[in-house]
Amino acid sequence: MAKEIRHPAPAADGETRAYWEGAARGELVLQRCGACGTVQHRPRALCVSCLSDAIEHFVASGRGRLHTFTVTHQNQAPGFREACPYVLAYVDLEEGPRVLTNVVGCDPAALRIGLPVRVDFAPTEGEFPVPVFRPA
Amino acid sequence: MSLSGKVAIAGAFEHPTRWAPEKTELQIMAESARGALADCGLSIRDVDGLASAGISMGVMGVVQLAEYLNLKPRWLDGTNIGGSSFVAHVAHAGAAIHAGLCEVVLILYGSTAASNALAIGTGLGGGGRDPAQAFVGPYGLTTVGSYALVARRHMEQYGTTSEQLAEIAVTMRRHAALNPEAKMRRPIGVEDVLASRLISEPLHLLDCCIISDGGGALVVTSAARARDLRRPPVLVLGSGEAVAHQELGAPDLLTIAARQSGTQALAMAGVRHADLDLCTVYDSFTITVLATLENLGFCKPGEGGAFVSGGRIGLGGELPVNPDGGGLSSNHPGMRGIFLVIEAVRQLRGECGPRQVEGARLALAHGTGGTLGVAHSGATLVLGRD
Repeated sequence: MAKEIRHPAPAADGETRAYWEGAARGELVLQRCGACGTVQHRPRALCVSCLSDAIEHFVASGRGRLHTFTVTHQNQAPGFREACPYVLAYVDLEEGPRVLTNVVGCDPAALRIGLPVRVDFAPTEGEFPVPVFRPA
Repeated sequence: MSLSGKVAIAGAFEHPTRWAPEKTELQIMAESARGALADCGLSIRDVDGLASAGISMGVMGVVQLAEYLNLKPRWLDGTNIGGSSFVAHVAHAGAAIHAGLCEVVLILYGSTAASNALAIGTGLGGGGRDPAQAFVGPYGLTTVGSYALVARRHMEQYGTTSEQLAEIAVTMRRHAALNPEAKMRRPIGVEDVLASRLISEPLHLLDCCIISDGGGALVVTSAARARDLRRPPVLVLGSGEAVAHQELGAPDLLTIAARQSGTQALAMAGVRHADLDLCTVYDSFTITVLATLENLGFCKPGEGGAFVSGGRIGLGGELPVNPDGGGLSSNHPGMRGIFLVIEAVRQLRGECGPRQVEGARLALAHGTGGTLGVAHSGATLVLGRD
């Protein structure tokens, strides 16, 4: 049985801190522009559609569907090497963004594109956890 | 005023090494420079422009290279957009020469990726201090994994099969068998690819490029000057560059940079797909070839699986791709873009012996840098005989 992934710590900064602090509360936080309404991810200090800095954060539903995935059998990086095979995926969030993530808590052979998934949070080697997804 | 046809590749050289633990990367570049200059009959003293990029080259990489070669060029290009860099360097050099900024540009690459045991495809991971990396690194994205995400999506959306992807690897190996310098020359079949171990599903070991040492060099000058040199000039007829990335968070994984850069390069050259005699495309993985050919417009989106089957991209087929065996079988020292141009030049000069595309007059070279599934660059050249 493969071990769970030992996730490296994500580096947070002024642009991304709200996202990572949300993750620490168990919330998936996205950005919406207060001026033009565009939802953007990853977080930025300004809306790159209209260059407004009226950025608002909101809590996403955490629901999405599997857009694509790969069962990774080889990764020589520590923390992942021991966890192979693990599932790397893109998930389409209800709110629009397509996020890179891991799918956990299921048999990789049972995964199929379009599968409904919901967010969960996995501890990392640092202060903040990272969003991962499980079958809904 | 269009650059098309105004500048030429006058000299080209592929370093024959595939394993060089006793050489430095700068040495491989210098030996490659010697080869390309001898090829066209110019001296190192004629060089007044220098371009290079590399995995282990730092911010000052091109300056260090100039020092090693004791060159004092009046034009420098250290553009590093991944493996496609050298394809872009040719276009940049052409623009600079055409604008009168310099006359003879040397483009160099050298790498000891294999003897340094660089785990290019499966060694990435970790958080790092880059905030963008924070959304990638914690999830164990590898280079292979990034392409595998694209392959899986292509299969789902269009019914593409592992057998069709395997055809690409088999074709490249068949080509490599005709190239005495290729690293992997033993013929393989589709069943060998499917039986090789899975690296990141659905990509198997033999869906992945090899890792080798190696290097190469190109000499770019005006078409007029190239006509007085030793070898037949290969004209730069069209060029294009593009990026594809995460956008606002919802990337279309199947629309790659090649769509934009290829369209531009073909339009600039005034060339239609059917006019092209061969294509060299970055074959980091089998899916890279399929996605690139679709996005360059050789077939419609979703038709790539059928397009690469039935020998169509093999020598003797409708569109021979990578007659040298590509990165899947000939060489892949970390960044492969320079070899795409070198092989296109050799084919257009008609000097490829048993792997020669008969009567080749027009070629397209497309490099991909970075990873298709996350963020990448694309650079395209259309090249032709004078």
